[in-house]
Amino acid sequence: MNSGIRRVGIAMIVLFIALVAQLTYLQVGRSHQLANASGNPRKAFSDIRRDRGPIETDDGTPVALSIPSKDEFTHQRVYPSSTASLFADVVGYESIQNGAAGVEDAYASDLEGRTFDLQVNNIADALANKQPVGTVVLTMSKVAQGASAFALAGKRGSVVVLDVQTGGVLAAYSNPTYDPNQLATHDTNKAQAAYSLLTKDPQNPLLSRSWRELYPPGSTFKTVTASIALQNKVDLDTKFPVLDHLVLPETNGVALFNFGKEHCGGSLMDGFIVSCNTTYAQVGHDLGEKFATGIQGFGVQTAPPTEDGSGFDPPIVASTGPLPGTFQQNQPKFMQDAIGQNQVLVPPIEMALVAEAIANQGVILQPHVVDCVLDPNDKVVSRVGVQQYKRAIDPATADTMRTFMLGVVNDPRGTGTAAQIPGVSVAGKTGTAETAPGEKPHAWFIAFAPADHPKYAIAVLVEHGGSDAAEVTGGRVAAPIAKQVLQTLLNTPATQSPCGAQPGSSPTGR
Amino acid sequence: MTVATIARSRRRSELSLGLLVIAVTVGGYVLVALANGPRLPPNVAILLGWVFGLYVVAHLAVRKFAPASDGTLLPLAAMLNGIGFVVIARLAGAGRDYPQQARVQSVWISIGIAVFVLTLIVVRDVRIFERYRYIALLLGIAFMLLPLVPVVGQSRGGGRLWVGIGPLSFEPSEIAKVLLVAFFAAYLADKRELLTEGRIRIGRWFVPSLRDLGPLVLAWGMALVVLAYEQDIGTSLLFFGVFAAMLYMTTRRSAYLVGTFILLVVGAVVAYKAFGHVRVRVDNWRNPWPNARGTGIQPVQGWYALGSGGIAGTGLGLGQPWQVPLASTDYIFTSIGEELGLVGSIGVIALFMLFVGSAYRIAVDSVRPFTKLFSAGIATIIALQTFLIIGGVTRLIPLTGISLPFVSYGGSSLVANFALLAILLRMSDDAARAEPPPGAR
Repeated sequence: MNSGIRRVGIAMIVLFIALVAQLTYLQVGRSHQLANASGNPRKAFSDIRRDRGPIETDDGTPVALSIPSKDEFTHQRVYPSSTASLFADVVGYESIQNGAAGVEDAYASDLEGRTFDLQVNNIADALANKQPVGTVVLTMSKVAQGASAFALAGKRGSVVVLDVQTGGVLAAYSNPTYDPNQLATHDTNKAQAAYSLLTKDPQNPLLSRSWRELYPPGSTFKTVTASIALQNKVDLDTKFPVLDHLVLPETNGVALFNFGKEHCGGSLMDGFIVSCNTTYAQVGHDLGEKFATGIQGFGVQTAPPTEDGSGFDPPIVASTGPLPGTFQQNQPKFMQDAIGQNQVLVPPIEMALVAEAIANQGVILQPHVVDCVLDPNDKVVSRVGVQQYKRAIDPATADTMRTFMLGVVNDPRGTGTAAQIPGVSVAGKTGTAETAPGEKPHAWFIAFAPADHPKYAIAVLVEHGGSDAAEVTGGRVAAPIAKQVLQTLLNTPATQSPCGAQPGSSPTGR
Repeated sequence: MTVATIARSRRRSELSLGLLVIAVTVGGYVLVALANGPRLPPNVAILLGWVFGLYVVAHLAVRKFAPASDGTLLPLAAMLNGIGFVVIARLAGAGRDYPQQARVQSVWISIGIAVFVLTLIVVRDVRIFERYRYIALLLGIAFMLLPLVPVVGQSRGGGRLWVGIGPLSFEPSEIAKVLLVAFFAAYLADKRELLTEGRIRIGRWFVPSLRDLGPLVLAWGMALVVLAYEQDIGTSLLFFGVFAAMLYMTTRRSAYLVGTFILLVVGAVVAYKAFGHVRVRVDNWRNPWPNARGTGIQPVQGWYALGSGGIAGTGLGLGQPWQVPLASTDYIFTSIGEELGLVGSIGVIALFMLFVGSAYRIAVDSVRPFTKLFSAGIATIIALQTFLIIGGVTRLIPLTGISLPFVSYGGSSLVANFALLAILLRMSDDAARAEPPPGAR
């Protein structure tokens, strides 16, 4: 009987060795992968328990902060109610159930005091087991964001305002929005219910329209087309024929009409001020391949990089447009692309960058929502600097474009007269972008002001905001919103950012 | 060496190993508290006294009633029990669903030691199991049927295997396993020649008559049917494996192994087809990732726990073992693996190997066939149960909900295992006394 017992004993040892092998596989071979797997709640859980620094606007108003809580998580993230839904898109949320988004996610290690800079500069705190949490200061302005929300009230769309001198985003408001406190609550059932309600909402309040959604820019894109034409020596005196439609080449007589089948033509500037489709479709066709390469200077087909800490989370979506080398087989498309339809799709922030390029002598700066990170003693530990993103056009071309855009707002024939501000010169461009058949068009307006000494660049989009298919739509619906926001900003005295003066900005700036 | 010298040296090692057990248990408890800040837990003196007291009582009982028995089994069981208690106390501190478990477990450990002492006192001769084998069988089956009795039976987690009276509840199958192994050992010891040689000739082979196999198959089949009805796959597999092993040890005929293996495969296929919860278990063994937040949450989170532990572990009190559902019962092993790492998880397996090894050693040293089979059966039960649950939580095999002997939270399993330990020590004591001096071997 003993040999049988021994054999069974050996079999059991073999089973135990199999267990040891499996454990070694899991705890050595796959340890790293399992510990860092996205489904593993351990890291997120310990993050939730950590103290976390506040997020502030450019005047030091906290829009996200942590308060002690009595439950096992020790800290509750709170978004003050007056700014909670106002800044939700940019600030995001930190939720046990639903993870993190926005600056809360992009700047998690700074807020939690995990970065090298914060640790090294606060060794005493670190040794005392005190967490040197960072404060993240946004470029965002409460005034600009508030004015955008107020002006956009009741309309689905987005307003983006850029600081022309730094590339900092002053406002990026998307309507509708949401209350991040509902997602951050430690009551997991409530958090889950709130999240599923938001994801099921057909209005999609979680979508950051300002930089995540692609729209046809319509006639605002003529700013890009005109710039490329001027850059390629199209003469200012060239007269384009007065037409009410163009027949697209290589189609069986498909026509491209002006809005309201109006007749227009004349010089490049004439066509710009009244937003003449036939003129600019012709310009696009004449430019051909040069159009496809020129739009890349404005950042179409790419997205501004976010690795440098610009703070967009999720990142800016890449815009689309005609590809170089495709003109021959896509001539009709190029003509529609030139007036901001067909292949051209952009997020609103891209059109704000276009306005900024004209305002800024042809240079587009890296857009960013975060300005700097402060340590617990309010010392700046890192700063998102002023950086050139693209050189779109020459300063001379930008100058001409400025007069074009001034004409849109100030010429009696102009489509954007609704954006006039007494005492301040505004340069702008309207847009009415056709969407799906039967759907109302999107209303657009881009502008910068003051035109002679630009401070602010703005893009306004109202989804399906047009009441009819007339070019005046952008001017009637979107331009007043831009005017309202710009006027509020121009009438508000500049505040001092907790980050101090931007080292790269010109002293003559704001 | 005389029995007296053997006894003295064995009891001395039992006592000194016990000091190590006490140091590890109390030390672990203190470490858990220190993870939350530089303060000693307030009740550490009480804990020290309690652990010390229990161990000394158990040791003195062995000294008195089984003085020549193996000196490593008690410290090994106590070490496993101590590690389990530290992890349960650690989970209790984390809140969630575990706040009362440490207190309840401390009561059960005390009851377990009492049952251990009582078994040593009452079972002075294991032959009573041999003599009253059919009573053991009937009692065993009765215990297994208990959860099906209307008022007292309770269902939990897909299986109906609990009995509750008021606030107390226990798993009768844990008690049944002791009695059924005793019956099988007795029956096999009695009929081993008939089963080995066979009475009927078929061609070249002699096979045992149905009369000899009958009671065996009947008891076996009944056990499995009852368990299948209660949907306790873990215990079914355990019985299946243990009885197959015992049959093999008795006869050394591999035909029995082949036969039981075929039965096992057939049973597994039938169970997979017939029971939804078996199908879910098997599917989540093969690939739990699509159901990571649903039915596959346990295997997925169990892997995360082990992976997060790595080689050295997070340290006691510094991990998040409660992220795994049932972290103190079925999944207590992943709690150990997370906070003590590979070092700790392999350490626990090593403790089980030593325990099982010592138990087989008793079987080999025993003289009478019944004692041999009984102790080998108990060794196999502990070994297989350990393999089933650790293999289950590590996804080496499909998960079957069964407790990790001596470690998991839960009273019935603890009490049953302490009773098994006492019986093992009784048989070890018998073996040492019957053993002729080494020179005469």
